[in-house]
Amino acid sequence: MRKKILATVMAGAMILSGCGGAGSNGGGDKIKVGGLAPLTGKVAIYGVSASNGTKLAFEEINANGGILGKQVEFILEDEKGEVVDAKNAYGKLVSEGIDALIGDITSGPTYAVAEDAEADGIPMITPTGTQFNITEGRTNIFRVCYTDPYQGEVLAKYMKNNLKKTKVAVMKNTSSDYSNGVAQKFEEEAKALGLDVVVTVSYGDEDKDFKAQLAQINEKKPELILIPDYYEKIALIAPQAREAGVEAKFIGPDGWDGILQQFGGDEASLKTVEGAVFANHYSQADKAEKVQNFVKAYKDKYNEDPTAFSALGYDAAYLLKEAMEKAGTTDKAKVVEALKGIDFDGVTGRLKFDDNNNPIKDITIIKIENGDYIFDSVVNND
Amino acid sequence: MNYFITQTINGLSLGSIYALIALGYTMVYGIVQLINFAHGDIIMVGAYVSFFTIPTLQSMGLPLWLCIIPALIICTLLGVVIERLAYRPLRESPRIANLITAIGVSLLLQNLAMKFIGTESKQIGVIFSKQETAIGISPNTIIIIVTTIILTLLLQAFMKRTRTGKSLVAVSEDYVASKLCGINVDHAISITFAIGSALAAVAALFYISTYQQINPTMGSLPGIKAFIAAVLGGIGSIPGAVIGGLILGICEIFTRAYISSQLADAVVFGILIIVLIFKPAGLFGKNVKEKV
Amino acid sequence: MMDKKSIRIKPSLPLYLVTAVALVLLYLLVMQLDNQVYYSKILVLMLINIVLAVSLNVTVGCLGQITLGHAGFMSVGAYTAALVSKSMVTGSNIGLPQYMLALLCGGIVAGVVGIIVGIPALRLKGDYLAIITLAFGEIIRVLIEYFDFTGGGVGLSKIPRLSKASQVTIIFWLAIVCVVVMYVIMTSRHGRAVLAIRDDEIAAEASGVNTTYYKTFAFTLSAIFAGIAGGIYAHSQGILQAKTFDFNYSINILVMVVLGGMGSFTGAILSAIVLTILPEVLRGFNEYRMISYAVVLILIMIFRPRGLLGRSEFSLRKLARIFKKKGVNGHE
Repeated sequence: MRKKILATVMAGAMILSGCGGAGSNGGGDKIKVGGLAPLTGKVAIYGVSASNGTKLAFEEINANGGILGKQVEFILEDEKGEVVDAKNAYGKLVSEGIDALIGDITSGPTYAVAEDAEADGIPMITPTGTQFNITEGRTNIFRVCYTDPYQGEVLAKYMKNNLKKTKVAVMKNTSSDYSNGVAQKFEEEAKALGLDVVVTVSYGDEDKDFKAQLAQINEKKPELILIPDYYEKIALIAPQAREAGVEAKFIGPDGWDGILQQFGGDEASLKTVEGAVFANHYSQADKAEKVQNFVKAYKDKYNEDPTAFSALGYDAAYLLKEAMEKAGTTDKAKVVEALKGIDFDGVTGRLKFDDNNNPIKDITIIKIENGDYIFDSVVNND
Repeated sequence: MNYFITQTINGLSLGSIYALIALGYTMVYGIVQLINFAHGDIIMVGAYVSFFTIPTLQSMGLPLWLCIIPALIICTLLGVVIERLAYRPLRESPRIANLITAIGVSLLLQNLAMKFIGTESKQIGVIFSKQETAIGISPNTIIIIVTTIILTLLLQAFMKRTRTGKSLVAVSEDYVASKLCGINVDHAISITFAIGSALAAVAALFYISTYQQINPTMGSLPGIKAFIAAVLGGIGSIPGAVIGGLILGICEIFTRAYISSQLADAVVFGILIIVLIFKPAGLFGKNVKEKV
Repeated sequence: MMDKKSIRIKPSLPLYLVTAVALVLLYLLVMQLDNQVYYSKILVLMLINIVLAVSLNVTVGCLGQITLGHAGFMSVGAYTAALVSKSMVTGSNIGLPQYMLALLCGGIVAGVVGIIVGIPALRLKGDYLAIITLAFGEIIRVLIEYFDFTGGGVGLSKIPRLSKASQVTIIFWLAIVCVVVMYVIMTSRHGRAVLAIRDDEIAAEASGVNTTYYKTFAFTLSAIFAGIAGGIYAHSQGILQAKTFDFNYSINILVMVVLGGMGSFTGAILSAIVLTILPEVLRGFNEYRMISYAVVLILIMIFRPRGLLGRSEFSLRKLARIFKKKGVNGHE
């Protein structure tokens, strides 16, 4: 009995010391890059597609000789889309001695991790965390995607200048910071541009029945409806809207990417989003060599189409590579310095960072026509 | 059409789904006094069974609503198996143990679905047309309401007229006495769960025909709301469940339409609290005093 | 025979000393781990979970009533504490006195909400009480998302924190104080009245126990400490979102209590520790975590309906006695 206890204690001590050992090991002949993404749980689908993009990029990088002659070890941790788990997983990555962090994916956990990463000075690049205050005032936190307000602003301008419509209804998800962020800026900008926001209705994350709100919208007969949310929700709302007799076309932010896949081949459902216009990070149909190479490599490896999330995850990895090469070292402060002044050209377009480390980049507008995504135009916000 | 009438119809169509789910709840609670948290998740299972059988039906050119048949079979079996494995061993235990087990079963079903089918939502094609008819109600809503009424009448007749039905009522009235009278209590409870779960399969069909989207946690919130509807109508009462469901649906839609959609759930839960505090027996329930 | 007779041993000075020394040793051990970010995060989480589990145990174990809205009280405490400290402190760090004040406010407001919820809800029993607390929990969440001063759906961020160096120390002793206070109250005269209600409400009432008062008392006590745990959570995470505190969060706390043993303080503490560490150790196992939680819940209810430890407390003395007995048997 006593021997057994002793053995257990020894084993425990060894595990502890093992973990301790890993913590102090920063340098070496490998570059350690931490990754955070929800791989299980409700938002797993976004985490998986973004981290698949990042994994693909690092595989390519390693096959081409790595960064600064060193191979990259990408340590991906699951955070289930929860703030607490994200913080713990981040702590774990730090004790593994990571040189940089790519993540997190959804805004809430990303914001929470950014707070910790700021204190540690680790260069952190979130591929897809769009909430405005993630990078605000933080020197070492960067993002590849544009922010929620930026999308809202561009959508309002696009509506006025390109679609030439004036009456718009807004339908937002009040439990989502993403939805609120886009909607708020859109409304502000719309007012500034003299557009008429006829009604704003809201719903919650758990809602499945939107008929009451849609009837409210229908009363005001708008020409367009902005629904800033992810495609799973859109797939619920759009058919109900047509059922309720709403005829206005939809506009939306990047969360719409994936709506057609969600509907599958169902003709009746596809018709409900016909003519919708949404902002995105890139278009698969883009003929640029970079984009086509990425799409092909992704399809070969994962046997499915990449999403905008995958493209952003992929770009985040290359952005880090370029910054490290520019800095000539993996020293954290120098990499941050290099990121600040970078001029990067990726699958999702060219980007530079502004004072708040938000990318200044173009927005691709996609239109849904005959059940397909059609590249519409590229809008820059000047 | 008039805004008020539109919203009332919206309320009825939402309420009729709650009513269908509440029927299953009230059956089970009436007989075994167990809040079957897993009821909503049996609906989820039924919805997934439908989802997987619909492509086959499509390729055979059959109407899609026939997916109800495999869903009925699997849900009924599942309900009986759950009762047999998880609830029966606890029949003599304190009520808390039963409730916790029910929560456990609900979590189990949800997480099994998440693990083996995936967390992402799946889309389902049109089953019943939702184009508005002349009276402003879609065929889908009409079918739901008519089915609910027919099922209510059938259930009432079953409970009052048939031998088995009467034995169920006896078990719910007095568990020990009915045992003494020679009623096979185990059998009666199995039948209750079978009927309750079959009703869940029907609810699943109408859920997917209305919302066309399913995911592993789809059952939990409608399940809880349907339970509230059952409490509102008087738990154990079959017509009570239907009326409770309709009232709840209308309250929810009206809150969204006239007050704030964010407060809709607060209002629904508020109704539960008020009913429980002031009229715990609900609108149609019987008041039972606790015995020493 | 002697073993079966349960004589309550009056706490004596040596016993207190031994406990105090043990706690200090534990503290030193804990501080060894604190050097690493990862461990200190897990430690803080573990301590929060201990306070939560023990506080829920007051209602579920000691009062014998099941509630499914514990996360609601926690969120009330968390938001109150966060708002209080945000109004007092402008920077990102908070001093100890302000921190304590914020937690206290969180506890008090959660307690008040506990009374408001408890008085009507505790008229009901069993399943109905469970479902009504679930309803209150959801309403609290909806209201937090509805109002603007709580940050709405976006939530609160930039909540000031304790300095990194002292955080674990403070939370460690705070958690101990919370647990001790709850334990002392539940073993006092008041606590025994609560236990009497659990064992037989009608009999307790007949012997002159004011059941409504004591039920509300236990319920409120539970809410206060859930609020304090929420305050600790808010200040250690630095960010709050109402949707964190949903039904599933309440269930997670309930699982801790049920697993440890309903009515056992040490059981709740042990299972809070195990259920915090386990998911971290088994990160790869995450996909199966909730499945196994569910299975464990069902199996425990079937085979040990009172939880692993039941109502008994884990004590070194008992352990020693068991070992001694085995030793004696071996010699014979």
